[in-house]
Amino acid sequence: MRGTVAALLAKELALELRTRESVPAMVMFSITTYVIFHFGLDANTVDGDLASGVLWVTLLFAAMLGVNRLFVAEHEQGGFDGFLLAPVDRTAMFVAKAITLFGFLCVVEIVAVPAFALLLLGPPLGQALPGLIVVLLAANIGIAVIGTLVAALAIQTRARDLMVALLALPLLVPVVLGAARATAPLLDHGGAQALPGDWLALLALYDLLFALIAYAIFDFLLED
Amino acid sequence: MLTTAFALVFFYAPVDADQGIIQKIFYVHVPLAIVALCGFVAGGIFGLMHLRTRDRRWDMRSYVTIHLSIVLAVGVLITGSIWARASWGQWFVWDEPMLVVFLIVFLLYATYQPLRFSIEDPEKQSRYASVFAITAGAFVPLCFGAVRMAEGLTHPQAATMTTSGPASVSQTFLISLIGMALLFVTLCKYEMASKNATFKLRALRRRLAGEDDDFAAPVARSAAPQL
Repeated sequence: MRGTVAALLAKELALELRTRESVPAMVMFSITTYVIFHFGLDANTVDGDLASGVLWVTLLFAAMLGVNRLFVAEHEQGGFDGFLLAPVDRTAMFVAKAITLFGFLCVVEIVAVPAFALLLLGPPLGQALPGLIVVLLAANIGIAVIGTLVAALAIQTRARDLMVALLALPLLVPVVLGAARATAPLLDHGGAQALPGDWLALLALYDLLFALIAYAIFDFLLED
Repeated sequence: MLTTAFALVFFYAPVDADQGIIQKIFYVHVPLAIVALCGFVAGGIFGLMHLRTRDRRWDMRSYVTIHLSIVLAVGVLITGSIWARASWGQWFVWDEPMLVVFLIVFLLYATYQPLRFSIEDPEKQSRYASVFAITAGAFVPLCFGAVRMAEGLTHPQAATMTTSGPASVSQTFLISLIGMALLFVTLCKYEMASKNATFKLRALRRRLAGEDDDFAAPVARSAAPQL
């Protein structure tokens, strides 16, 4: 299992380094979205609730781009068949894809969050950073798990892009809610305040439950 | 049963002191909501059974329960809005978690039919639909559990409303709930029977057509599972 996951991860990494399909697009998208928010809200700086809302909506839609692309190569080039022919545990595919998406999101955020601080955020980021990293990691796990499940579900349908958005957004509402509420006091007007533990706990619980569900039923999505 | 319940609603249960006659919608709205949510969860369980046994009939059951629950959910949203308009003065209130969660659940399930429709292979269609049913079926109690813990203050809880009032309220409510559940089960049975009849008819027609093999009626692609 571990070897399989490592092999699949190496494949994903090689693929992304050669084609550069997902991550640059996601980064560009998030920065463009900040610009759009600047004009849409007609605000030079944002803080508190509004800042965390802008940040999370942007990251969520950027993640949607990554989710859309997640299984496209497998679907179009017959990678699913190759994987099914190999005598390995099928859940390895889920674990590898979820880790890949998680990694993509982290890389995107390394660029997108400083860009947010630079372009839109009113209060300084430095103080809020440790708490923000915890929230980002917890939310990334949730988005990665649900995103992988939804991407695998939608890849066989004809209206793939549409189905991903329609399925993933309602399922991700609790993640965004928890993340945005947990982030809001960090980006507060008068400097960072304490990280709210209950929202973070909700986020962690949701991650855990969906990881278990996805782990249990992912097998059925790969059979042919 | 439902008729009895409605009769009781209008003649037996007392009129709410501060909401007046509009409070009667409670006996429709809450049972509808409870039955719809239970239907979603049941759809998930049937989906699980389908994945385990590979029996198409479980998929059919899952499809029918979810399909009818969506219909009931529309009813919940409509009656809920009417009630909210009358008692809170607004069609929809955002700071009420119960409403928002129900809306999210409804939006999620609204994609069930498009999902089925956009997968062409019927075997794959039923498998993917079952996976969706399980995921969403787990999502429903999860969300409502979280909401119960967080607890909105303005949304009247069924339990507190029925136990704190006079006994006639809780009796009427229980009968409405049972009536609604029975209605749901009956509708499920009817839809299942109608689907089965359609498939039998189609199979017979195909067998007839097989003999003079020109006339093979093309099967239209549909979101409903095929046996």
